[in-house]
Amino acid sequence: MGEAALVLLVGLGLGAVFAATDHAVLTADAHGIGVPIRRATRLLLTQRRTTLAPDRLLWRIGCVAVPLLAFGSLAVVPITGSSLLSTTADLVWFNTMEVLLWGAVWLAGWGPNAVHALTGGYRFLAQGLAYELPLMFAIITAGLGAGSLNAESVVAAQDGMWFVVTMPVAFAAFLLGAAGFAFWGPLSAPAGADIAGGVMSELSGVDRLSVEAGRAVFLGSAAAMAATLFLGGGHGPWLPGTAWLLIKTLLVIGAMILAGRRMPVVRPERFMDVAWIVLIPATLVQALAVALLVISGYYG
Amino acid sequence: MLTDVTLAVLGVLAVAAGGAVFTVDSMARATYALLASFLAVAGIVLTLDLTYLAVVTALMMTMEMAIMGVFMVMFMMNPGGLMPMTMMHNTRGAAAVGVAVFALLTTGIWTIDWPDARGRPSRDSTHQLAEALMGSHMLVMVVVAAALFATIIAGTVLATHRGRYDRFGPNLDARPPRDPIPGGLPR
Repeated sequence: MGEAALVLLVGLGLGAVFAATDHAVLTADAHGIGVPIRRATRLLLTQRRTTLAPDRLLWRIGCVAVPLLAFGSLAVVPITGSSLLSTTADLVWFNTMEVLLWGAVWLAGWGPNAVHALTGGYRFLAQGLAYELPLMFAIITAGLGAGSLNAESVVAAQDGMWFVVTMPVAFAAFLLGAAGFAFWGPLSAPAGADIAGGVMSELSGVDRLSVEAGRAVFLGSAAAMAATLFLGGGHGPWLPGTAWLLIKTLLVIGAMILAGRRMPVVRPERFMDVAWIVLIPATLVQALAVALLVISGYYG
Repeated sequence: MLTDVTLAVLGVLAVAAGGAVFTVDSMARATYALLASFLAVAGIVLTLDLTYLAVVTALMMTMEMAIMGVFMVMFMMNPGGLMPMTMMHNTRGAAAVGVAVFALLTTGIWTIDWPDARGRPSRDSTHQLAEALMGSHMLVMVVVAAALFATIIAGTVLATHRGRYDRFGPNLDARPPRDPIPGGLPR
């Protein structure tokens, strides 16, 4: 029970930090953590508007699924040294939560029976075909180095050296994938201004809160997972493991916003070329290099 | 006991969602009803402590259904997909085949003389599965992977209606190529 509450709390906290930092960087309006809280309260109190002949059932399922999947992905991150759900396939679990988001976001775009939302949903899937394979190779590379798909074992395997040292390409591909599945920053075309907000365009009130908050929690959770898989998780001197993990997660969040907000939004069809011609070979070579290091006994 | 109840509930859910595919009137709903059925099956596998198989089932099926839904909606006579449609064709024949196969499988499952479990289940079923699949059958898997990949590429090559002459002109010297989508890298 306490573990579940912790995941909920850490997820909301990281999501709020991400949203607040993102807002501050975009608008130079540094009101800190109050911004997302105020916005959430306002959305909670706003009445929902609807469209003509929406597919209400699928629309609601899509909106509700986004935050549920975000917390589900955080459940396999070992926050206190152990995770809420410790399985023999944590890394695949995280990946599955992110893939279920494909369905959720497309439904959120499909549901309102509106052209811009539907276009956004299609863009999300098209973009998914681009970032998904590099993201999968990045995740599996960390599992390969640790010889296990369990997140705690991956952290344990980084006792001597962080995985980012031997897996820099996988680390970068993971963060890019995170931007992709949260349709944020350079990969925010599914919610782009050129299609009036895309999948978000018809969302209002509590539905909008659900998707926006879920997206922020997903970004925070992805940063925590990046710290776990590549930056040694809770390893570090003096401070307890949980503190180290949170510090690293906050640094990853900062780095993501710093890098992501310097880039323009990439058109999905252009990103597709880059992903298949550059990213997939790069992540495959990265996995090959790690596999050779594993065979040579480098990771012990 | 709790496991039995969970399995029964998920089983009923899987069949019910599968049935819903043929009763709902929109392609999007049919697609996601099918996904719900697959997710219930993944839940069954998860209840049986085969975590890796369960999450991989959920992962693959979600991806497949998400992409399939797009194509199904696209190829429909009414591309909006919100107007009523039905998934039924050859109703009587399909029902007969469905009932016959269901009866055959159920009879088989309940009457077969299943071997008793020997030894204790492994703590790490993922590792055990990897050993079973990849340990002694690595060569087969590698050959199958290459064959599958070649099939995908061959299928794409056969399906595309544009060849290099369409892209680069009759003398293959048109630069840049005439592509409907410009792409993000120099060509």
